[in-house]
Amino acid sequence: MSNRNLSITTPLDIGRDPRLLNARLKRQDSTEPILTKQARPGEMLIRAFLLFCGLLSVFTTIGIVVVLGSESLLFFNSGVATLTEFFTATRWQPQAGEFGIMPLLSATITTSIVAMFVALPLGLGAAIYLGEYARPNVRATLKPILEILAGIPTVVYGYFALTFMTPLLRGMFGQDTVQIYNNAAAGLVMGVMILPTIASMSEDALSAVPRSLREASYGLGATRFETITKVVLPAALSGIIAAFLLGVSRAVGETMIVALAAGAGPCVLGDTCFNPFAAGETMTGHIARISGGDLSYNSVDYNSLFSIGLTLFVFTLLLNLISRSVSKRFREVYQ
Amino acid sequence: MTTNRAYAVELKDVNIYYGEKLAVKDVNLSIAHQKITAFIGPSGCGKSTVLRSINRMNDLIPGAKVEGDVVYRSQSLYGRDIDAVEVRRRIGMVFQKPNPFPKSIYDNVAYGPRLLGIRDRKVLNEIVERSLKHSFLWDEVKGDLKKSGLALSGGQQQRLCIARTIAVEPDVILMDEPCSALDPIATQAIEDLMKELVKQYTIVIVTHNMQQAQRVSDYTAFYSIRKEVETEGKEKRWGVLVEYAPTETLFNQPSHEETERYIRGEFG
Ligand SMILES: Nc1ncnc2c1ncn2[C@@H]1O[C@H](COP(=O)(O)OP(=O)(O)O)[C@@H](O)[C@H]1O
Ligand SMILES: [Mg+2]
Repeated sequence: MSNRNLSITTPLDIGRDPRLLNARLKRQDSTEPILTKQARPGEMLIRAFLLFCGLLSVFTTIGIVVVLGSESLLFFNSGVATLTEFFTATRWQPQAGEFGIMPLLSATITTSIVAMFVALPLGLGAAIYLGEYARPNVRATLKPILEILAGIPTVVYGYFALTFMTPLLRGMFGQDTVQIYNNAAAGLVMGVMILPTIASMSEDALSAVPRSLREASYGLGATRFETITKVVLPAALSGIIAAFLLGVSRAVGETMIVALAAGAGPCVLGDTCFNPFAAGETMTGHIARISGGDLSYNSVDYNSLFSIGLTLFVFTLLLNLISRSVSKRFREVYQ
Repeated sequence: MTTNRAYAVELKDVNIYYGEKLAVKDVNLSIAHQKITAFIGPSGCGKSTVLRSINRMNDLIPGAKVEGDVVYRSQSLYGRDIDAVEVRRRIGMVFQKPNPFPKSIYDNVAYGPRLLGIRDRKVLNEIVERSLKHSFLWDEVKGDLKKSGLALSGGQQQRLCIARTIAVEPDVILMDEPCSALDPIATQAIEDLMKELVKQYTIVIVTHNMQQAQRVSDYTAFYSIRKEVETEGKEKRWGVLVEYAPTETLFNQPSHEETERYIRGEFG
């Protein structure tokens, strides 16, 4: 930096670089139009490509809906089960001609409830600790560890449920109470799996609460805990609800853990369904098991899977819709 | 420890740091009881920093450190056995940007009293009404206390924040540029309000508006910036209190040339 004092010797000598606008103006006589539209093929290409990316996911979704819908229609039209039977029958036993979705749905609901009992309080607690209490260096260590939890393959979690959680539960509550395959072990481990999602989304919601609101609260003589419970959590509530609903939809869609640890056969409604310590088969678990076997296309068993798939799809779609409308409200809270 | 009854808060040899950085140095200042004291000075000279040291708001900033002594009712605010939460209950704060909670007008005002354990609806109603009347907001909102505080205009929001602050009946109210986000009419309303409040409260106000300091304050503290070149291209800057006097004196017969140049608008 030896010539720091170099001054601009000819400050008014502009218009030399032909790429700059002034030079172009000088070159052109005044009648030549200079603001006409130009073709920019690069921009068009990018635009077309991005449109394609967007449309791809739309068409995939439409494709899935069409396949699920039409195949389910085939199933219901085949006359083996009416819609009423589908929702009220107490068994799911295609061989015996019984197609009640409730036994499968009950296992999905039971494992999801158990999972959320783990994931919501622990995830929210972790978020509050990380966002409001942890010193920066503690936070910098803990957050990556939490995120590693989210990256573990679900088959590992499933194995962990079967070989660790189940023996633990059986040791605690007795071999007779807790079956080898049970909803609770799968649900608990599923909760651990979902925890990082809840924690990270809740933390985003908490940190989106403006600093000025916290200062207002502290300025009125509130303690840290009062500030969190009375100002920060209420202000972040819709974000937390959105995190919760996303967690639920992940629990509902989770397959590997429940397939490995919850059971390999539908429960019977009025018998052991909804019992967390009994075995059950969720909608996802059932689809995974049956489609893994050698089913022939167009058999009733095969078509019945699509009716489960459609139920699952509608269920998670509803959750996502609720979650979206809630988080939209969340964005409008402060201003 | 000796304290003069006429003073609400006394700052003695106060240095404030953000991490390693010295922000203000050697502030000595006695804030008069039930008077309005204005802090003026160029941007970045540490007015907010000094103000926030008076109710330990700086505690919330990691790395912030206060040296010296801030004395309130013959107690050193930075003493070992002092509870910052208690300090902030006595010494309330109004911020630059109106920051009502996303709650109803009623709940905004009742927030502080509820923290103090007041649950009785009748008592709360009275406090809310009294505070809103005190902050000249009652007539505008009395029919609609359930409305969100955020639905009010900027000036109304700031008066709501003042109502919220006085609802706990603090001793001292700190205001950090409370009118800088407001239009002239709303500013006028806040200034009138301050003149009312000073009958019962000690007020310290940071303002970059010298007319405002002249209009409302009894005492004015002028802060400025000192610089020191450390190495080539790197310089240290910190704030100092240049002059502190009755507002009349400071603006009409300043005893420092720097003050005079500042109030004539020659820098800052
Ligand atoms: N939170 C903070 N962290 C680090 N430095 C800060 C912080 N707040 C203020 N400062 C520094 O302290 C000095 C004084 O700032 P401030 O008190 O805000 O000045 P003023 O209110 O007079 O404009 C400035 O140099 C500013 O950069
Ligand atoms: Mg400031």
